[in-house]
Amino acid sequence: MDTLIQLLDLTVRSAVPLLLACLAGLYSERAGVFDIGLEGKMLGGAFAAAAAAAVTGSAWIGLFAGIMVAVAFSLIHGFASITNKGNQIVSGVAINFMAAGLSALLGQAWFNQGGRTPQLQSEARFNPLDLPLAETLSGIPVIGPVYQDLVSGHNLIAYFAFAMVPITWWVLFRTRFGLRLRAVGENPAAVDTAGISVTWARYRAVICCGILCGIAGAYLSIGVSAGYVKDMTAGRGFIALAALIFAKWRPVAAMWACLLFGFLGAIEIRYQGVALPIVGVVPVQLMQALPYVLTVILLAGFIGKAIPPKAGGVPYTKER
Amino acid sequence: MNQALPKWVDYGLMPLINVAVAFLIAGLVVLFVGESPVEAAYLMVRGAFGNGYNIGFTLFFATTFIFTGLAVAVAFHAGLFNIGGEGQAYIGGLGVGLICLSMDTILPWWLTFPLAIIGAALFGAAWAFIPAILQAKRGSHVVITTIMFNFIASALMVYLLAGPLQKSANLGPRTRDFEAGGQIPKLDWLFSPFGIDMGASPLNITFLLALIMAAVVWVIVWRTRFGFEMRTQGVSPRAAVYAGMPEVKIIVVTMMLSGGLAGMMALNPVMGDQTRLQLDFVEGAGFVGIAVALMGRSHPAGIVPAAILFGALYQGGAELAFDMPNITRDMIVMIQGLVILFAGAMEFMFRPALVRIFASQQEKMA
Repeated sequence: MDTLIQLLDLTVRSAVPLLLACLAGLYSERAGVFDIGLEGKMLGGAFAAAAAAAVTGSAWIGLFAGIMVAVAFSLIHGFASITNKGNQIVSGVAINFMAAGLSALLGQAWFNQGGRTPQLQSEARFNPLDLPLAETLSGIPVIGPVYQDLVSGHNLIAYFAFAMVPITWWVLFRTRFGLRLRAVGENPAAVDTAGISVTWARYRAVICCGILCGIAGAYLSIGVSAGYVKDMTAGRGFIALAALIFAKWRPVAAMWACLLFGFLGAIEIRYQGVALPIVGVVPVQLMQALPYVLTVILLAGFIGKAIPPKAGGVPYTKER
Repeated sequence: MNQALPKWVDYGLMPLINVAVAFLIAGLVVLFVGESPVEAAYLMVRGAFGNGYNIGFTLFFATTFIFTGLAVAVAFHAGLFNIGGEGQAYIGGLGVGLICLSMDTILPWWLTFPLAIIGAALFGAAWAFIPAILQAKRGSHVVITTIMFNFIASALMVYLLAGPLQKSANLGPRTRDFEAGGQIPKLDWLFSPFGIDMGASPLNITFLLALIMAAVVWVIVWRTRFGFEMRTQGVSPRAAVYAGMPEVKIIVVTMMLSGGLAGMMALNPVMGDQTRLQLDFVEGAGFVGIAVALMGRSHPAGIVPAAILFGALYQGGAELAFDMPNITRDMIVMIQGLVILFAGAMEFMFRPALVRIFASQQEKMA
């Protein structure tokens, strides 16, 4: 029981940054702007958050800085792919490199610790919260430990991430903004005909994407760790992208996909080199590769079919 | 937007302006970090071309980037974006390694090398085959699948090098060193008549192979029936179908060509420098290939100079990091991103302005 709860707790921890980045991608891609720059925006956000938190000593200023930087990268992506009608994939690749290079370069120039930011004090971080009654309920079998160790004890950003799942669903499927956002991703010409600006709708979508990427980065650098380490996102942006496809661009499914990939990550950390019943020792690398393998199998159409938004990747040209 | 510009503007001036803007911004970042951009540029050029040893290193890196640049460019011509060069090169290295490990004590290098070329190309092509066939038959996007395959390749190689192929646990994840039959000659003999002493730089005969492959790519893309089909598919897939061109074959063969070229990149570091198979020898070269292909406008005649420029950036950047500790090699990664942004995603940003300038010029002349 205890090991299971620990494993699930680790699953949630691994899933939070994936979930935020995945929802970020959801806003952008539902509006027809493909984004393979999630990784870079998360990395830039993580660096900015840790740098600002280190200088000011405030977690909130750190979070704000992380969001601002990620949004700035989003706007570059928007400027290239919406305004200049450039290739969205190429632009995403560029963002990843600019973020990786710039954060390492500035990190070294500012803090002189080999690309790291200084170790953060507790008040400059988002610390685990104890939910009410966690202590009191701990005596109750099953519910007690689950509530105390699994539900309680995460930081604010983690709760925000899971709250964003229903919020995103509601925004996308129950608001005018969401309707327009999805419409510019499916049929921008129709939206244009209705007199609504495709450009502005898409810009708003990429800004939403930037905000969530920045928060995902902040979760890594000033939430679960006490500072920024070079390349700390370690491919999470791409796993989030895989999760987005796996979830077929739907918010609730995105949460399950991220939890699944988070679970694989948790097993990888927890059972490194441990022999499991029946299968024996599973190579760590297999666990690492599994999210990608699963996504490829899904893309191949063997587990349902992943159909991206129709106008995804296509810049909108008003007049021909 | 689509007004015609003179060809030299489209293929010469515009890329130059785009790359110049990228470097200008990089210069601003250097200034922001508190160093002199002019001095940084000087140190970089000196570090890349200052003496024979540096030139050797510059061309060594350039060799790698010619292969990966060609790989990306070939796929571009068929309208495919192969982001998987990194993984294909990594797996290509496995092909090189297996050939060298099994042949190096039996055969001389001039027999191992051709076999290793085939091994590298085959393994790289095989790694591109699955994304290709999935795109062609099942419509899954090649961009996403090749990204996924990069990660799968990386996991697979860590598994092999830390497991079945490892020599001993003390030495870390790598194979044994290749014997003489698995090592290829350096290129100093080619440059010494010009008074250039390359010293211990790792430039090797793979450089010549890269130049040959650039020519081969030119022939395939512009002088064969398949190249024509490929370019038709790239410009207008519907026209290609209407003309009865075999779509599946075009996608699969193009991707395998691309993967094969990326795989051949591995010959340079694995056989030419490290003479063993070890972790992460690709070092992001697959991605540099994207910048090189965009800058070189997907033409071999543009890719070779673009690859040399990036080789100079990598070598010069390493030297610069010595002289200006504030400017680490990450600077190069950033410049790479800026080049991809301006030469790729924003390639048309300055076009309307250029069209206006040239239109007014023509009016004056008329």
